Amino acid sequence: MFASLPGVLFDGVAYGSLLFLMSIGLSVTMGLMRFINLAHGAFAMLGGYVCVVGMARLGVPFLLMLPAAFLVAAVAGAVLERTLYRRLYRRSPLDQVLFSLGLTLMSVAGATYVWGSGQQPVHLPGFLLGQVRVLGVDVGVYRLFLVALVGAITAGLVLLVRRTRFGARIRASVDDAQASAGLGINVTQVFSVTFALGSGLAGLGGALAIDVLGLDPTFPLKYLVYFLLVVVVGGAGSIAGTLAASLLLGVFDVSGKYYVPAVGAFVIYGLMVVLLLLFPGGLRRGAR
Amino acid sequence: MSAAPAVALPDARWRPAEVVFWLVAVAAIFLFPGHLVLGSQVLITGLFALSLDLILGYAGIVSLGHAAMFGAGAYTAGLLAKHGWGEPLSGLLAAAAVGAIIAWGTSFIAVRGGDLTRLMVTLGIGLLLYEAANQAAWVTGGVDGLSDMAVRDLLGVFPFDLAGRTAYVYSLAVLFAVFLVCRRIVRSPFGLSLRGIRDGARRMPAIGSPVRRRLIAVYTVAGAIAGVAGALLAQTTQFVGLEVLGFSRSADLLIMLVLGGAGWLYGGLVGAALFMIAQSQLSSINPVYWQFWLGLLLVVMVFAARGGVVGAAAAARERFLRGASR
Amino acid sequence: MSAVLRTEGLSRSWGALQAVRQVSFALQAGARHALIGPNGAGKTTLVNLLTGTVPPQAGEVFLDGERITDLPQHLRVKRGMTRTFQITTLFPGLTVLESVVLAICERKGLGASWRRPVARHAAEIDEARRIVRDLQLEPEVDVATRRLPYGKQRLLEIALALATRPRVLLLDEPAAGIPVGESAEVFGVLAALPREVTILFIEHDMNLVFRFAERITVLVEGSILVEGTPQEIAADRRVREVYLGEGGHG
Repeated sequence: MFASLPGVLFDGVAYGSLLFLMSIGLSVTMGLMRFINLAHGAFAMLGGYVCVVGMARLGVPFLLMLPAAFLVAAVAGAVLERTLYRRLYRRSPLDQVLFSLGLTLMSVAGATYVWGSGQQPVHLPGFLLGQVRVLGVDVGVYRLFLVALVGAITAGLVLLVRRTRFGARIRASVDDAQASAGLGINVTQVFSVTFALGSGLAGLGGALAIDVLGLDPTFPLKYLVYFLLVVVVGGAGSIAGTLAASLLLGVFDVSGKYYVPAVGAFVIYGLMVVLLLLFPGGLRRGAR
Repeated sequence: MSAAPAVALPDARWRPAEVVFWLVAVAAIFLFPGHLVLGSQVLITGLFALSLDLILGYAGIVSLGHAAMFGAGAYTAGLLAKHGWGEPLSGLLAAAAVGAIIAWGTSFIAVRGGDLTRLMVTLGIGLLLYEAANQAAWVTGGVDGLSDMAVRDLLGVFPFDLAGRTAYVYSLAVLFAVFLVCRRIVRSPFGLSLRGIRDGARRMPAIGSPVRRRLIAVYTVAGAIAGVAGALLAQTTQFVGLEVLGFSRSADLLIMLVLGGAGWLYGGLVGAALFMIAQSQLSSINPVYWQFWLGLLLVVMVFAARGGVVGAAAAARERFLRGASR
Repeated sequence: MSAVLRTEGLSRSWGALQAVRQVSFALQAGARHALIGPNGAGKTTLVNLLTGTVPPQAGEVFLDGERITDLPQHLRVKRGMTRTFQITTLFPGLTVLESVVLAICERKGLGASWRRPVARHAAEIDEARRIVRDLQLEPEVDVATRRLPYGKQRLLEIALALATRPRVLLLDEPAAGIPVGESAEVFGVLAALPREVTILFIEHDMNLVFRFAERITVLVEGSILVEGTPQEIAADRRVREVYLGEGGHG
């Protein structure tokens, strides 16, 4: 049983990477605008459907559809942020929950209407299929690709946040939006770009996830709890925290389902409750 | 003493509109004899919404997992009935106890932390219980649900008939009884302190109020009521499906309460009636349309209502709560 | 005279900013004590530390000789120490009367009582009306807090504090926002409180401070600069330099 441990762990890491990609936008949105966006999964779903449509209708290869998924989701995010989300930043959490819930319902209904309620197939290119032997362990090529891609994107994000002026503006705004505005930082613009970027990443994640998690109109609701979980446990607004939480949850979920399938999904929720008890402020803030 | 002018404070007097409301509910037995099954469902969901109103409309706790207590109550009553104990009223009490215990147990996490943590915790507990019920299919019947329940006659005299008459009267009686208790709570100093917590959680400790203890208390009571509602569902439909613990039950409930207006007790009842009647008409035609328009309604409500949904209801409910009194 | 409220080496910082540094301070029973200092001196933070709104990072707080450093805020209120807030912190949806009645019910341990409606708690209502009358809020007794003008909200802040029957009353800029003529009246109400009530107040209006304070502590950048009678403080050169400005504009 333990011979497959590295394989299971790697699977968990791959799953966690996907979670990270889809959740990082939500984390920053919550840390930055303090906005509870339950509709975040809808952007991931959008990216997924864009990818499917592009491949099936337009014959575009998978890898080329990935940036397209990112772009479409990012644009959708930018438009919605500017028109709707922006007006609700100061509203009560209940209003935010109701709004994002409504948006989610609309997106789920819309997706069902356009594409039907079934699972969408995805045809991965041949070179991403199969398994390869790495360090004595058989790992899926696609999962390897996922980890590598997300790793690169994470590195890019860290560079963006730590080395660029825009990243500094984001960090300042997360720390204290009011003070940042007082310093002359165009906080509105920071919000917009960050929201678009986060939505785009979610869209990319959604496209990448079709093979791993599947894609159907209930995607936003089905995985909502995972995204929220990652953000709350990792600490909103923290890249490191979100990454740690994603990987942790990914590994635990996959291991749980593999080693104790009888209680599979249980593990995740139980873990969440335990983590929330121990770290009410999220992993980033440490134990209280 | 008698020269001092009357002031407005929460009192126990019945407004005429309230009396009309309950009379209509009773009259429905005779006015809509063919729709009593839907009627019981509306009453039961109204009771469920009442319990959410206590924690959301009064204490300000946003919960996305209230179905946890509801479903637990449903399974409790269902399992009791299935395994030989079919007496309905004691089933209700057992369900209330189970709902209270779950609520009490989870309240310690739920009252801590900010809004987001609370949302997560309530959501998580709901999902946890859903998975547990799913996995423990040998007890709960899993996806197929719990059936073959032998619910005995109400008070030993009234059997549960197919037309749903007994079920309706039963649900109405329970709803009314619980409503009376809630009404009393809400107009008492305890209810005032809940409103204080909702409106000014920072000020409450500064006047000596043990906020956590109050929240745990109201959360537990709400859990018991939700459990009772679940038990009613199990007993009147003689079936318990997994969806009693599902996210959409919690989400739909939140929508219903907000539609009717949180914080004045009747909001949940009115919202449940509107929602379920509309759903029964529209959802059967085309469930996708229903979902879409519901979502759109929510979005519009948030933008259109002045001060948001929360603010617009506030003025109405305060007027409702207070009467002129000495 | 004994110190009813005392701190030892109380410290609190926010990141790199030391808000309160090693403050050792004693409040005598029955005092009318003012806490003054420039903006950002740490006065509100000190009050937050005293009342338990914010936990200290070092130091101790003693009430009546007993260590209360770890005691949660609501229990300190039960022990007799109440505060008002600089930024009005009230209950927007409750009326003036409801707010005061709530505070009185909490004090009497009725906060959890659910059997009788609020309207039938005659004793509490009468007491509330007396407090409301004392603070000139009677015309607004049924107005929801969110609709009160700012000056009236400040009065309600004080009414809530008085409703808890404090033995130690900490007031954070009680007169801020109240028209000048009325603020003296408010202080009049406070001054009329019996000597059993010890008062510490933060104020920026020097006229009020010198009129009502019997003892003044000057806080600058988180530390106590000097403490003494109003005459001593007015004459102190350091205070004039740091706070009143050179040449004494205050």
